[in-house]
Amino acid sequence: MFYREAGQFKKSYAADMAVFPILQDRIGIAVILFIAAVVIPLTGSTFFISSVMIPFLVFSLAAMGLNIVTGYTGLISLGTGAFMGVGAFACYKLTTIFPNVNIIIWIIASGAFSAAIGAAFGLPSLRIKGFYLAVATLAAQFFLEWCFVRVPWLYNYSASGAIQVPQRTLFGVVITGANASPTTRYMVLLGVVVLLTWVASNILHGRVGRTFMAVRDMDIAAELMGIRLLPAKLLAFALSSFYCGVAGAVMMFLWYGGGEAADAFNIRQSFNILFMVIIGGLGSLIGCFMGAALLNIVPIILKFGLPAIGIAVASETAEHLNHLLVGGLIIFFLIVEPHGLARLWQITKQKLRTWPFPY
Amino acid sequence: MQTMRSIEPGQQLLNVENVSLRFGGVKAITDVSFDIKKGEVRAIIGPNGAGKTSMLNVINGFYHPQEGQITYRGEARARMRPHVAATQGIARTFQNVALFKGMTTLDNIMVGRTLKMQKSFFWQLFRHGPAMNEEIEHRKFVEEIIDFLEIEHIRKVPVGKLPYGLQKRVELGRALAMQPELLLLDEPMAGMNLEEKEDMCRFILDTKEQYGTTIALIEHDMGVVMDLSDRVVVLEYGIKIADGTPEEVKANQKVIDAYLGVAH
Repeated sequence: MFYREAGQFKKSYAADMAVFPILQDRIGIAVILFIAAVVIPLTGSTFFISSVMIPFLVFSLAAMGLNIVTGYTGLISLGTGAFMGVGAFACYKLTTIFPNVNIIIWIIASGAFSAAIGAAFGLPSLRIKGFYLAVATLAAQFFLEWCFVRVPWLYNYSASGAIQVPQRTLFGVVITGANASPTTRYMVLLGVVVLLTWVASNILHGRVGRTFMAVRDMDIAAELMGIRLLPAKLLAFALSSFYCGVAGAVMMFLWYGGGEAADAFNIRQSFNILFMVIIGGLGSLIGCFMGAALLNIVPIILKFGLPAIGIAVASETAEHLNHLLVGGLIIFFLIVEPHGLARLWQITKQKLRTWPFPY
Repeated sequence: MQTMRSIEPGQQLLNVENVSLRFGGVKAITDVSFDIKKGEVRAIIGPNGAGKTSMLNVINGFYHPQEGQITYRGEARARMRPHVAATQGIARTFQNVALFKGMTTLDNIMVGRTLKMQKSFFWQLFRHGPAMNEEIEHRKFVEEIIDFLEIEHIRKVPVGKLPYGLQKRVELGRALAMQPELLLLDEPMAGMNLEEKEDMCRFILDTKEQYGTTIALIEHDMGVVMDLSDRVVVLEYGIKIADGTPEEVKANQKVIDAYLGVAH
């Protein structure tokens, strides 16, 4: 009734190939962006912004990265946490060596370092597939994690071995460090995420995205279409690691504000993000946001929401419940809808097109 | 490929000379020679396990024969990868459909245009301007193929959901999108009903006429083979037993024996 495309005729191929060909979708996106960029900063509490929205955006970005390589190209990677760590350390080293360059530039540039390392660890993907590739990327995770602890140059020889996020400004406004307000950090993060999502959508809807999906669905046939497998797979790894790297950098600089990388970028983080991608939907951009939202909001609801409505839950119990729920959700989605929340959303939209009529 | 000279219809496009292919001790193809002329429909037939599909795999670079030589467009070919065959204008379809199942019909056929798309990764970041113009230009070409194969109604359907007959048609479309010089069809009519077969025959003949594509075809339906093809090569146990026009092959005693069996 409200979601009908009747009367919306596409008069050019450009209109037909648009990412949001339906008017209601475009309105929806505009509303979401408006809420994210105006309503939340103005009305959201500090707690909501710093504990819900900022982690959500960081994880969405990381999930997007993993989805490029796992969802779109079909190569399982368990090195997400490590690639995020590479981004965080690259950003840290860059901004300590060149403090005068704007931090935003370094956040984006740190993705490039992560991309290079990701591509290097993606090399085995030409020969091995599936579980074996997962194990190969696991090697990346362990090796890089080891580097984060054992190479003191990375954390500037600080005694604690932690990243200390320095204060940096953008147009005179403090955006990183202890003095940056959550709202400012949120706005910067939102800008980065929106920009990179737009770019990812462009890439994935075009020739490169089709190349990735062709490699995923039938690599032999892809090769016959003239797609060289190694460059395609390495590009997927590089692109994926770029996104993960930027996610790691913003995680350290705009969310954690410093800390021990070995804790933030460990194997659990890799799995966490893999679960987000699986629950959100493999091979779907919107699924990254849905998965990140779900896995990020469930713990918060359990931790703070239940006490708020009068059910006292000890924080340990909430933690345990969280594990139970997440585990259950993963099994549920693998059985019921392997394509995750994104597919459910698609089905809902399909139903909405005709609702309230049967067809 | 600009360096290659163009081949006139009737001239030799591909020449297979004394090719032998072994997998360990198993001889898949033994000393087979034949040629494919520009603009013809060349059928490769033979009983199951005769080495027909292996022959196609040799032609487009999946297998590397131990002996023999393949000349394509007048140039002898060294060992090469399938994607090189694609750049030289060899496209193929598979016996058991090898489509990109998670992608729509449109995207599948668009993948066939990959080699023709030149805009760099940088432009792909924007999906406006040059990259978009290129996309639209190729979309037009793809729409022509969709129109040609009469699959407009399934344009936006993921191919995994399509019935088998339509999948085969989409696969032909994907190969056609490459604008191949030589099209290898591996059992394009397997598992189809009569009507679908008739449609497919029509598309194959139209392809030849409209695009001037040379076609090498493996098929078990003898009626189809005899009607469609200009020349037929017959393989049995990896050995060529006959080569010639459909009439010659039909009359060949060896071929009859191979298909019907001989009393020993």
